[in-house]
Amino acid sequence: MGVRASGAGERRTVKGTIEIDQERCKGCLFCVEHCPKKVISLSNKLNMKGYFVAEFSGGDGCTGCATCALVCPEVAIEVYKA
Amino acid sequence: MKKLMNGNSACAEAAVLSGCTCYFGYPITPQNELGEYMAKRLSEVPGGVFIQSESEIAAINMVLGASVVGARAMTSSSSPGISLKQEGISYLAADELPAVIVNMSRGGPGMGNISPAQSDYFQATRGGGHGDYRTIVLAPSSVQEIADLMPLAFDLADHYRNPVVVLSDGMLGQMMEPVSFDGIKRGKDYVKDYILTGADGRPSRMIRSLLFDVKEEEEHNWKLFRKFQRMEQNEVRFETLLTEDADMIVVAYGTGARIARGAIKRLRQEQLKVGLIRPITLWPFPKKAIQQAAAQVSDFFVFEMNTGQMVEDVRLALQGRGRVHFYGRPGGVIPTPVELFRIISRHYYQSVRGKKE
Amino acid sequence: MKKVYARPRLLKEAHFHYCPGCGHAIVTRLLAEVVEEMELGGKAICVAPAGCGMLVYNYFDFDTLESAHGRGAAVATGIKRVRPDNLVFSYQGDGDLAAIGTAESFHAANRGEPISIIFVNNGVYGMTGGQMAPTSLLAQVTTTSPQGRTSKREGHPVKMCEVLAVLQGTSYLERVAVNKPAAILKTKKAIAKSFEHQLKKTGFSMVEILSPCPTNWKMSPLDACTWIEEVMAAEFPLGVVKEVPC
Repeated sequence: MGVRASGAGERRTVKGTIEIDQERCKGCLFCVEHCPKKVISLSNKLNMKGYFVAEFSGGDGCTGCATCALVCPEVAIEVYKA
Repeated sequence: MKKLMNGNSACAEAAVLSGCTCYFGYPITPQNELGEYMAKRLSEVPGGVFIQSESEIAAINMVLGASVVGARAMTSSSSPGISLKQEGISYLAADELPAVIVNMSRGGPGMGNISPAQSDYFQATRGGGHGDYRTIVLAPSSVQEIADLMPLAFDLADHYRNPVVVLSDGMLGQMMEPVSFDGIKRGKDYVKDYILTGADGRPSRMIRSLLFDVKEEEEHNWKLFRKFQRMEQNEVRFETLLTEDADMIVVAYGTGARIARGAIKRLRQEQLKVGLIRPITLWPFPKKAIQQAAAQVSDFFVFEMNTGQMVEDVRLALQGRGRVHFYGRPGGVIPTPVELFRIISRHYYQSVRGKKE
Repeated sequence: MKKVYARPRLLKEAHFHYCPGCGHAIVTRLLAEVVEEMELGGKAICVAPAGCGMLVYNYFDFDTLESAHGRGAAVATGIKRVRPDNLVFSYQGDGDLAAIGTAESFHAANRGEPISIIFVNNGVYGMTGGQMAPTSLLAQVTTTSPQGRTSKREGHPVKMCEVLAVLQGTSYLERVAVNKPAAILKTKKAIAKSFEHQLKKTGFSMVEILSPCPTNWKMSPLDACTWIEEVMAAEFPLGVVKEVPC
C-alpha cells in the first residue's frame, strides 16, 4: 500500500499504477479516450517507430481498473493494483 | 491371390494398405470409382477419414491440413480438377509436407472429354503450380503397377516431405485386370518431428511459406532445390524392353507404353529391331538411360497421347544426338498397336534408307 | 502493488505489425488470453489466413499453420478430422472468408465441423491496400469502388453470420465488435464460448468481429471506432445470431 503526501498536506492512497511500453505504443489514443480517470495523455515524445506515445501522468488518480490494457491494441500496458 | 479390379479401385486399396487414412476428393470422370471405393473402405480403417469435398480446391487443402498433423493423406482427380489443385500443391511443396495426388488424365484442354489422354505431362513434371518446385511423378502402366507404386508414392512423399504425383489415365483407371495385393504394404514408419499436434510440453511450431525477407526466401528455394537434386540422383525409375540389339528405341509411358509393346511385338515379327524405354518416373526423367542408349542407337521414336510433351524431355536428354521421331494422338483417342506399328515401321524404313545413303 | 494485467504468456515478444488502432491487434491479444485462461495452449492449432491477420503465427506461442487464401475452413477440417481432441480455430478476414473462401466456409459449416472461426470483419481488404470487400457498406468508397459501392453494380454487403445460420451444421454464431471496452469484453466472452462449443462438439461456430481499419477507412483510430458504433453496427447488428444449447 503506497502512501504519499499531496501538496496540500492531505494523505491519499495510490490505488493503482500502469507501465506503458512506449516502444510498442503507436499513439492510437484508445487508452487516453477510455481511461475513466483521465490519467493517460498523448505526449510529445517520439519512439523509434516515429509515433507520439501515450504517457501515464502518475499521481494517485489511477484505480488499476485496467481499461487501458483492455483497449490497447499493442499489449503495451501492464497494470498494477494496490 | 489375384482379384479382378479396375485401376481406380486398385489404387485406392493399395493406398489404404500403404497406410493412407485420409482421402478427400471431388467426383470427376474417369476416376469416380476411386473416391467411391474410399468412401466404403476408409470406414473400415481405424482413424479413417473420407470427405467428399465441395471442390478439388477444398480437397487439396484438406489434404494439407491432414498432412500437417501427421496423417498419410491423398486426393485424386482428373485433368481439370488437377488444374484446380495446383495452388495447394505449391503450398505443400513450400511447406515441405507429404501428400499423394493421383491424376487419371483425360482429354483436354478445358472440359475436354472423359477418354484417356497423356496431355498433363507438362503440368505434372514442370511443377504445375507457381514457384520453383518439383514433384516426383510416377507413371504406372498396368493395374498391378498402379497398386505396386502406391506404397512407393507414400514413402517418397514422407521421405522427402514433398507432394508426389501419380500420373495415370482414364483407361488404366477404368480397365479391369487381375491384381495381387500380396506385396502391398506400408514401408517404414517415418518420424515426423515437424507436424502440428498441440505444443504440449514442447516449443510451439509454425508452418508457413510466406518469407518476406528475400534472402530467407532465396535460401528456402535453394534448400528445396537441393532436395530435388537428391531426388534426381536417387529416384529415377524406368524399364527397358529389347533394347540390347535395337536400331530404334521407342520412348513411351503409361498406356502409351502398352500400345507400344503391342507395336514392338509386331515390328519384331517383321525383323525390325525396335526396343522400348519406358519411364516409370516422369520426373526425375531417365535422362541417363536415354543418353546411354544414344551411344548405340541413333533413332528415338517418341509416342504419346498428346501433341508433344515428353518428346521435349527426350530431345533435352539427347542434347542434339541422334534423330527424334514423334507420333502423338491427343484428345482421348487411343491408337491401336497395329496403327502404331505401321507408323513406326514407316519411320524405321526411312531411317534405314537414310543411313544407307 | 500486485500486477493485475500482464502480457499473456502465449503471446511472443514480437512487436505487432498492425497499424495504429487496428482491431486485429485486439483480437490477437484476446485469442492468446482466452487460450491461456482455458489452459488450451497445449492443444491449440491455429490456421492463419492471407491478409492482415496472416502474421498471427509470429505472435501466438502455440502451433500455427498458414493456409492459402480462403482455404482456412478446409485446412481446419483436415486437421480436426485427424486430431479431434485438439482445439482448432481458423482466423480469417472478410476477403478470406466471404469472398475467395465462401465455398470452403459454407461447406465446413454445413458439415458441422466442430471448429471455431474467428472472422475479423473490417469491411475492406486491408493488406492489399483498401479494396472493396463483400462486407463493405453501400456508398463506402474504396480503391475499387471509387464512386462508392452501389447495390446495382456491386451488390449488397454480405452478412455471413445470417447466411451460415440457415445451415443446420452451425451451432453458435455471434457478431461482436472491438471498438470500445464493453464490446471488447463481449468479444472475449464470445471467443471463449465458441471454444466451449468446440470442446463439446456441438457443431460449427463462428465469432464475427467488427473491427476498425483506420488506415484504409482513412480515419483516425478513434473515429474508426465511432464509425463502427454509428454506421457499421447498423448494417451488421451485434448479438447472438444463432446458438444451440451447449
